[in-house]
Amino acid sequence: MSLLADNTEIWRPARGKVGMASLIFIESLFFSGFIVAYLFYIGKSANGPFPREVLDVKPVLVNSAALLSSSFTVVAAVRALSQGTMHAMRFWLLLTIALGAYFIYGTLAEWRGLIWEKHLTISTNLFGSTFYSLIGFHAFHVCVGLLALSTILILGVLGRLQPKRDAIRFELISWYWHFVDVVWIFVFTTVYIVGMRA
Amino acid sequence: MSSIHAPISSESKRSIMEHLHTWAITVDHKKLGVMYVLAGLVFFVLGGLEATMMRIQLIKPLNDVLTPHGFNQMFTMHGTTMVFMVGMPVLLGMGNYLIPLMVGARDMAFPRLNAFGFWLFIFGGILLYFSWIGGDGLYGAGGAPDVGWFAYSPLTAKTFSRGNSTDYWILGILISGFGSMTTAVNFLATILCMRCPGMTLMRMPLMAWMMIVVAMLVLVAIPVLTAAQVMLIFDRSLGAHFFDPQQQGSAVLWQHLFWFFGHPEVYILILPAFGFVSEIVPVFSRKVIFGYALMVAATVGIGFISLTVWAHHMFVVGLPPWMNAMFAASTFLISVPTGIKIFNWLGTMWGGRIRFATPMLFCTGFLGMFIMGGLTGIMLAVVPFTHQLSDSYFVVGHFHYVLFGGTIFGIFGAIFYWYPKVTGRMMCDTQGAWAFWLLLIGFNLVFLPMHFSGLLGMPRRIYTYQPDRGLEIWNLISTIGVPVQIAGVALIVWNMIRSFTHGAIAGNDPWDAWTLEWATTSPPPECNFDRIPTCTSARPMWDMKNPHDPDSNYE
Repeated sequence: MSLLADNTEIWRPARGKVGMASLIFIESLFFSGFIVAYLFYIGKSANGPFPREVLDVKPVLVNSAALLSSSFTVVAAVRALSQGTMHAMRFWLLLTIALGAYFIYGTLAEWRGLIWEKHLTISTNLFGSTFYSLIGFHAFHVCVGLLALSTILILGVLGRLQPKRDAIRFELISWYWHFVDVVWIFVFTTVYIVGMRA
Repeated sequence: MSSIHAPISSESKRSIMEHLHTWAITVDHKKLGVMYVLAGLVFFVLGGLEATMMRIQLIKPLNDVLTPHGFNQMFTMHGTTMVFMVGMPVLLGMGNYLIPLMVGARDMAFPRLNAFGFWLFIFGGILLYFSWIGGDGLYGAGGAPDVGWFAYSPLTAKTFSRGNSTDYWILGILISGFGSMTTAVNFLATILCMRCPGMTLMRMPLMAWMMIVVAMLVLVAIPVLTAAQVMLIFDRSLGAHFFDPQQQGSAVLWQHLFWFFGHPEVYILILPAFGFVSEIVPVFSRKVIFGYALMVAATVGIGFISLTVWAHHMFVVGLPPWMNAMFAASTFLISVPTGIKIFNWLGTMWGGRIRFATPMLFCTGFLGMFIMGGLTGIMLAVVPFTHQLSDSYFVVGHFHYVLFGGTIFGIFGAIFYWYPKVTGRMMCDTQGAWAFWLLLIGFNLVFLPMHFSGLLGMPRRIYTYQPDRGLEIWNLISTIGVPVQIAGVALIVWNMIRSFTHGAIAGNDPWDAWTLEWATTSPPPECNFDRIPTCTSARPMWDMKNPHDPDSNYE
């Protein structure tokens, strides 16, 4: 074999990256199913309330701004960890979690109004079925992301993070967080722009 | 050779409970692979029994062995079992066992995730079969699912499917689907990230290429099915209206979502068999695979095209003509890369020193049967032809030629080929040849007549038929084939059990093969390779055996 041992360098990506990329790919397809269903059923509800009557874009815009800006703060947090500046990492991570939590709060406030004041539930009509499942699954994914980020924050506060070892892990979690943001752009476009015609 | 002992001798002192415990907590890809295949074979027997019940019911007109409801349960459970609890786990299990060995790795990329996926599959399967007991729910109606394996809406609506049988169908497949997805992620990460030094992408065994495409298809298709099933759960449990026609919900949306999963699924089930054949045919023809690069291109091509053909399952739904035309065209198109593969295997055999050991017999049978299934598939891609024969026994005949004559023949070939590696002992070749001919004859007896009864107008999924319509003889022949097939399968199972203790000692490389799994002992040690191998061509074992004339000189 020693005769042949040259020319054995090959391209091999990091398995964590492949794993996280695959997970994001799966999730994208999962959301596509619900987005397709939403688009398919726009304007087909047999009875009201209809999106135009009950959806209010303005608070959702504030919400979206919070969620989208959290993508930038998480990048700052990842960079701070890889540079070893732990206090900066904790600051940016806490800000990220706060922005994400605000997004969840905004969603809850919106749902509260829709359910108790506008009387729209998942079983009211097709709009309700598609709206709550799509928005709900997105919010669920934000919560999972918040859980992961909070775990990192706790580890950071306890001083258990090692920049050399954990920077790449944190970066992979941040990929997931970016994904949750990008999905929101599609969900927002579907529900609050395209879907408002009905 | 003398250093190889009987496979269980070193572990015989431990008690059975200890032994089972090591299997239950294992994260070793080889043990998981073996458990996948064995569990899949158990479900194969269950699914086979359900099929046998159907054939007994249909042996003569106006038979009453099964009630109409019982018949619906049989074909639903048969289809669901064979696709989700046999095809997927056996093929993914074989990939599990073989891929790390073939790419020269010590284990999968995520061993614990791998074990998790296996147990999800097991619990999904148990949940599906628990429906026989628990499906009644609070209504006293139900039992096993009876909505067909593609569970068309609105049959699945709460109105028409009382009790919990449909919920068991949803949850069983949903959970085992999660298992399939984790396994697919593992395949991708293992193949891309764990290859041994020197194994570039174009030096991988073709099996690894097929499994990359299979894993990608799983990642595309299963989440869409999961989404559709979640919608169905919401409909049934929360009162949503996704598939509720009374609230303008659409039954056609379910069909689109299901078949967007369903057709790639067909290729998930056949591509691994293509992989087996691509490994076995060269070894038994003593020739290098014909057109390696073209095989890779054809596989990737099939992967992409298979995502664009789903609505050929829906030609009679009433889609717009341009849509039907498009899906018919893409279906014709996919026969091109598939045909390329057929010719590459034939090209590999052409002029080779062919040895018809049992694995090669099954692969040759695979070629013939799969070509027949492929040709009827092209016939069914013609829209007016499908208008005539959709939901007839012609379709049943067609897809059994692909999935039984194709996938199952490939699996049996693979079992005979890799059994020596897994157990350290050879399976009996004479019995193997007997089993092959019994299966080939039995298979054609059962499924060839279905084409004729279908052409004569016999619809699928009916529990009985009227006399004097020319259907009796074809149904009789079909049922006569069943015991022949059972004998073939029983002979293989017996061969597997008997050879485990009585088979000839195999040695590391009984077939004089060229891929890395044959470089280690049989059975392989827990770490697979004492030293991670290096490879400089697509046939590393050839290079080791023929250092004066390695393949790398010609690459």
